[in-house]
Amino acid sequence: MQAVDAAVLVAAAVSDSNILGKHRLMSDTKPVVEVTGLRKTYVMGKTEVHALQGVDMTIRQGELVAIMGTSGSGKSTMMNIIGGLDYPSSGTYLLDGIEVNKLGKNELADIRNQKIGFVFQGFNLLARTSAVENVELPLLYDRTHKIKNHRQAAIDSLELVGLGDRTDHHPNELSGGQQQRVAIARALVTNPSLILADEPTGNLDSRTTVEVMQLFQELNKKGITIILVTHEDEVSRYAKRIVVLRDGRIIRDETQVPDSASDDIAKLILKQKREMETAPVSAE
Amino acid sequence: MRATRLIKVALKSIVKNKMRTLLTMLGIIIGVGAVIVMVAIGEGAQSQIAAQIQNLGTNMLVITPGSSNAGGVSQGSGSFNRLKDTDADKIMAESAYVAGVSPVIFTRTQIVGGTGNWRSTIHGVTIDYPVIRNWELTSGRFFDASEQRTGKKVLVLGATIAENLFPNDDPVGQRVLVRNVPVEVIGVLAKKGQTPEGNDQDDVALAPYLTVQRRLSNFTFIRQILANTYSSNDIEKAQVELKAIMREAHGLAAWEPDDFEIKNQDQLSEAAQGTTEVMTMLLAAIASISLLVGGIGIMNIMLVSVTERTREIGIRMAIGARGSDVLTQFLIESIVMSIFGGALGVAIGIGGARILASFTGWSTAVSPEIIFIALAFSAAVGIFFGFYPARKAASLNPIDALRFE
Repeated sequence: MQAVDAAVLVAAAVSDSNILGKHRLMSDTKPVVEVTGLRKTYVMGKTEVHALQGVDMTIRQGELVAIMGTSGSGKSTMMNIIGGLDYPSSGTYLLDGIEVNKLGKNELADIRNQKIGFVFQGFNLLARTSAVENVELPLLYDRTHKIKNHRQAAIDSLELVGLGDRTDHHPNELSGGQQQRVAIARALVTNPSLILADEPTGNLDSRTTVEVMQLFQELNKKGITIILVTHEDEVSRYAKRIVVLRDGRIIRDETQVPDSASDDIAKLILKQKREMETAPVSAE
Repeated sequence: MRATRLIKVALKSIVKNKMRTLLTMLGIIIGVGAVIVMVAIGEGAQSQIAAQIQNLGTNMLVITPGSSNAGGVSQGSGSFNRLKDTDADKIMAESAYVAGVSPVIFTRTQIVGGTGNWRSTIHGVTIDYPVIRNWELTSGRFFDASEQRTGKKVLVLGATIAENLFPNDDPVGQRVLVRNVPVEVIGVLAKKGQTPEGNDQDDVALAPYLTVQRRLSNFTFIRQILANTYSSNDIEKAQVELKAIMREAHGLAAWEPDDFEIKNQDQLSEAAQGTTEVMTMLLAAIASISLLVGGIGIMNIMLVSVTERTREIGIRMAIGARGSDVLTQFLIESIVMSIFGGALGVAIGIGGARILASFTGWSTAVSPEIIFIALAFSAAVGIFFGFYPARKAASLNPIDALRFE
């Protein structure tokens, strides 16, 4: 049993690194997010807070980007604008070529529905609502009716995140990692151009964090563009590109060779196994 | 399609919070229930009065003397009596619609006999009278045509007189004295109860009108002429016809006004009905206040619910719900709750009306109209009082809503 597990994991790790080896040149794919001269100023009483002070950034299809920064760096504002929840004070934001900063509230809601999949720190699933119903939720607001069978689409999406056997579970019957998977399935169900994850592992332990990151990496390999907004190196090391914000400006923007979450899981499992093998000895 | 989905979402949310839903609906349930019970009482009273009016007679027309007009001052109805027994004969002979006619003359007098004496009213009528008034006999018989023609001294007693003069034995065959004239009691009338005005209809005795005119009083005025038609459809036609016959009988020229009045039962009952309608409306108005309070209850709970579910609203908006979607969802929730509450209220109201009827003996009537009105009204309450909270929910900023703890 243990031997079989280890073998499978090693094989998985090897195949993973093979795929990572075929590194695509991102500059060839079409841009998903293009922001230029993005500024956001909040007025709080008499003082003005400049959350973003001129940000230019392009994210292309198939990228896995971590937007990093400390609290107050402007990364939440950035996420809200990219996510179509907020308008910039100035500058332009093109999402799939659509000038989002010029859209009305209703069109913005449709953009969120069609083009963006949100994953939140606190999972934000509806309580007392089964996993599959949670995943179906965005389709309720889909005015294009591109997906006819909501239930099937939701089940497919749950299978994609490895929860095909948990469709009827309610959030309180699921672990944190599973809940976040449901949230990711919900983000995927409308087939968006962009997955936007805000501190997706902030409420998870380190093992589950790696598992969720593994899922993001798998999805990214299928060509899904993912933006992770985080302040944790634990998360950013799995991204292919890191954008660091500070005081409302980009201070670093570089690509990297990401760590493989699958490898890390394999290591974790091996480590755990060793501990378990030694544990009975120490108990004697 | 979208609407049915949104209704489903609303229903789910309602079912998921059973306690909250029940508390919200309680106000509407009580409000609608109260309206139904109150209106049932009112309508019950109305139909009771309608039955009493029907009790006065069947398809009945009443001709009374008209008012005289002295130099422009109307003396009121009855001030100028030109009704004659020949009018009744003419109506009987000429009318196509009239089944029976009876002139009525009254005399108020002491009836002596049996265990003592009793002051009552003797009505001089014809053999058609019991048919017109729809009045049965409990014992004996009514007078016949030959007794009517000859003015025989016979009397049919009303139940009240019979009870007072002959409490222990059957008055039929007994003799009573009316103004010192011995009269034979040949029958006793069935109990008819009170008129809507509270007069005892049974405190009366009936005799052939010739008997009353010639032997029991020196009173020859005909106070009214009663007639009935073959069917209720004929009443209005008969009314027109009788008017023409009466005008001819009284030899009125075209420019002269009627010296009589003809009323049918509907006209008689209108006044009485009017009173109970006012009562019904009053009761319904009082009950409507509780419905209003129920509506405010819905608004209250919906407002709490919007605050409680701020995060849910944030999630829905983040994944693409428009403000109008959120508005619709909350509005549907409040409408569904108020309609459900209304339906429950109707059920409870009907049950309550039945229970009340069986305990108090009041007659109650629940009409389909009032059920419809109550349901429509509760839906309106749901829209009216659900709108403000729904608007509040729809105008939330998704960023703030998501951050709400």
